[in-house]
Amino acid sequence: MTAHTQTMAGIAVRPQAGTLTGTVPKMDARGVKVYYGAKQALKGIDLEIPERQVTALIGPSGCGKSTFLRCLNRMNDTIDIARIEGLITLDGQDIYDREIDPVQLRARVGMVFQKPNPFPKSIYDNISYGPRIHGLASRREEMDEIVTKSLQRAGLWNEVKDRLKEPGTGLSGGQQQRLCIARAIAVSPEVILMDEPCSALDPIATAHIEELIDELRENYTIVIVTHNMQQAARVSQRTAFFHLGEMVEVGDTEEIFTTPRDERTQGYITGRYG
Amino acid sequence: MPVTTFLLVLLLLSFAGFQLGRTTAVSSAGGRLSRLHSVPSYYGLYVAMWVGLPALILFALWTGLEGIVVNNMVRASLPASITSLSAQEINLIMVDIHNLAYGNITSRVPEPALTAAADYYNHLRGIGNGALAVVMLALACAGLFFAKGRIHPKLRARNQVEQVVNVILILCSLVAILTTVGIVLSLLFEAIRFFTKVPPAEFLLGLHWSPQTAIRADQVASDGAFGAVPLFTGTLLIAAIAMAVAVPLGLMSAIYMSEYAPSKVRGTVKPILEILAGIPTVVYGFFAALTMAPFVRDVGQSLGFGVSSESALAAGVVMGIMIIPFVSSLSDDIINAVPQSLRDGSYGLGATKSETIRNVVLPAALPGIVGAVLLAVSRAIGETMIVVMAAGLAANLTGNPLDAVSTVTVQIATLLVGDQEFDSAKTLSAFGLGLVLFTVTLTLNIIALRVVRKYREKYD
Repeated sequence: MTAHTQTMAGIAVRPQAGTLTGTVPKMDARGVKVYYGAKQALKGIDLEIPERQVTALIGPSGCGKSTFLRCLNRMNDTIDIARIEGLITLDGQDIYDREIDPVQLRARVGMVFQKPNPFPKSIYDNISYGPRIHGLASRREEMDEIVTKSLQRAGLWNEVKDRLKEPGTGLSGGQQQRLCIARAIAVSPEVILMDEPCSALDPIATAHIEELIDELRENYTIVIVTHNMQQAARVSQRTAFFHLGEMVEVGDTEEIFTTPRDERTQGYITGRYG
Repeated sequence: MPVTTFLLVLLLLSFAGFQLGRTTAVSSAGGRLSRLHSVPSYYGLYVAMWVGLPALILFALWTGLEGIVVNNMVRASLPASITSLSAQEINLIMVDIHNLAYGNITSRVPEPALTAAADYYNHLRGIGNGALAVVMLALACAGLFFAKGRIHPKLRARNQVEQVVNVILILCSLVAILTTVGIVLSLLFEAIRFFTKVPPAEFLLGLHWSPQTAIRADQVASDGAFGAVPLFTGTLLIAAIAMAVAVPLGLMSAIYMSEYAPSKVRGTVKPILEILAGIPTVVYGFFAALTMAPFVRDVGQSLGFGVSSESALAAGVVMGIMIIPFVSSLSDDIINAVPQSLRDGSYGLGATKSETIRNVVLPAALPGIVGAVLLAVSRAIGETMIVVMAAGLAANLTGNPLDAVSTVTVQIATLLVGDQEFDSAKTLSAFGLGLVLFTVTLTLNIIALRVVRKYREKYD
């Protein structure tokens, strides 16, 4: 499925701290290329994702940022025609290695999608789904605790604590998205990928989610794809700008938004195109 | 003039009306089409409608009523020796007169009075045809001049034509609906006649089915027994066996096709599976009777069971095979309708494919699958040919799938095959059975469609 080229040598010579301020990157992508059939979607991406920080991926539509995000937990594996080259590591381990089971990888690297997609089950079952398939709770009380904690962390507990048995699809759009975040948290991932998590929500629900992302940063490494540059500026510490399948520029968010080095970045953030 | 000539002439006139309407409209606008309310061809259609429709309606009414009027006139002209006979005999004589008039074979040597009546009949019809031709032509011409006179740039020809088209469409759908109503009513009335002979309680609760009634009073085996319970249990037994075969096989193949199969395999397998649905049920019937039933009997006997050569098992299994494409195709569509985002959500949490299918996809698709299964059940209950050929006529009250049983549909078919008298309880019982069958399948269909629709709304 994936014609992955082993470049273990590359990882050895790479300076671990690199451009980052002394921290070891949680995830690291080197020369990632993705093809959908004959079409090349990503043209060699190098990106370090620091631990317990929010990394925002911005860029015009079709620039490959969602594709890149889906490489980080091998969601592209579910697409038959997708082909991936290059190296992506999680804690220094190649995630496309033959030894790695994508199912276990996705338990460590969770994902929240653009459109809220709660399962047509009760709120409780939505949260307990992940822990149950991974066998994280052996007794009923443990499961109750996981559900409660996850909902609390996602800031949804007070709104739904009296109706855990009601279907998750009955919640409002913003609540559904927070339910999906709680669902992702419930399996205690290390990294959470968010693919435009607020694009289907109104401004108030968006503000809720943004606050939540800021809180989650304490415990999780977060990568967020967004079209909204204010959002990237508000929630992220690092920002990467993608354009036409390439990563043009990456740096501290403040730097990218105040003094971009590349004129394409400048054009995009000042609204000249995109 | 024969009917086809009438209609051909009318068609030609309408076409002429169309051309005339068009050109008149164009010239009335002085060649500037923008002054016309509608496109010129609508004015043409407007005229053609006025030429064709009134004449056509007259033609329909005339052919409908002509027979009655002519018959009454002929009957009135018959000599007193015939009119004094009973109504039934007069009817027979009228049939003979028709046959004579059309030159067919008659049931008796023609008497002079009958030949005279037949001549009179032909004479009247001749006059009628001539009159019809004249009146239709006159009506068509009147329509032509009336419509042509009304053509004016401000005439809303398009709106009027579309209104008429609307009415025609409504009439067409009415025909379908009224036919259904008619079928239900005829079923209902015959069933009511049956229930005046056999009380409903005896029919619905009786345990013995033997619909042999005496035609003559001195016949042996006279008293019929009309307890339909053995037929209901037989029907349910066979339907249950069929579903036991069709639901697991159909559902599993649907899951394989929609979730696991590469698109190439799916593209080949699905049409092949759907070929099963195209095999006539008669063919399934003799497969059941000639291959499956002996096979079941031989296997059963080698295992030490007593199996009758027409077993419920054989019929049920073949019926199940027949229903597989029904279940698999509907379920496949329903499983495909489950949004990809739900699968992604599950994969994103680290669920495997089979966990995703079992815990997310199938529960989401379940209401729709239940609907599909209910539709398949009503199909199984209503199926006739397979059971006629493979299940037999013995109405045993049994739950043993190795015994011969009979079903409601089999009994209806055998009761109405061949010459029947339509006032005996034996024949009428078919309508009683038909009514029960209709009620059950209708209820199942309504429930199934509701369930499926409710499911559809959820993701739209």
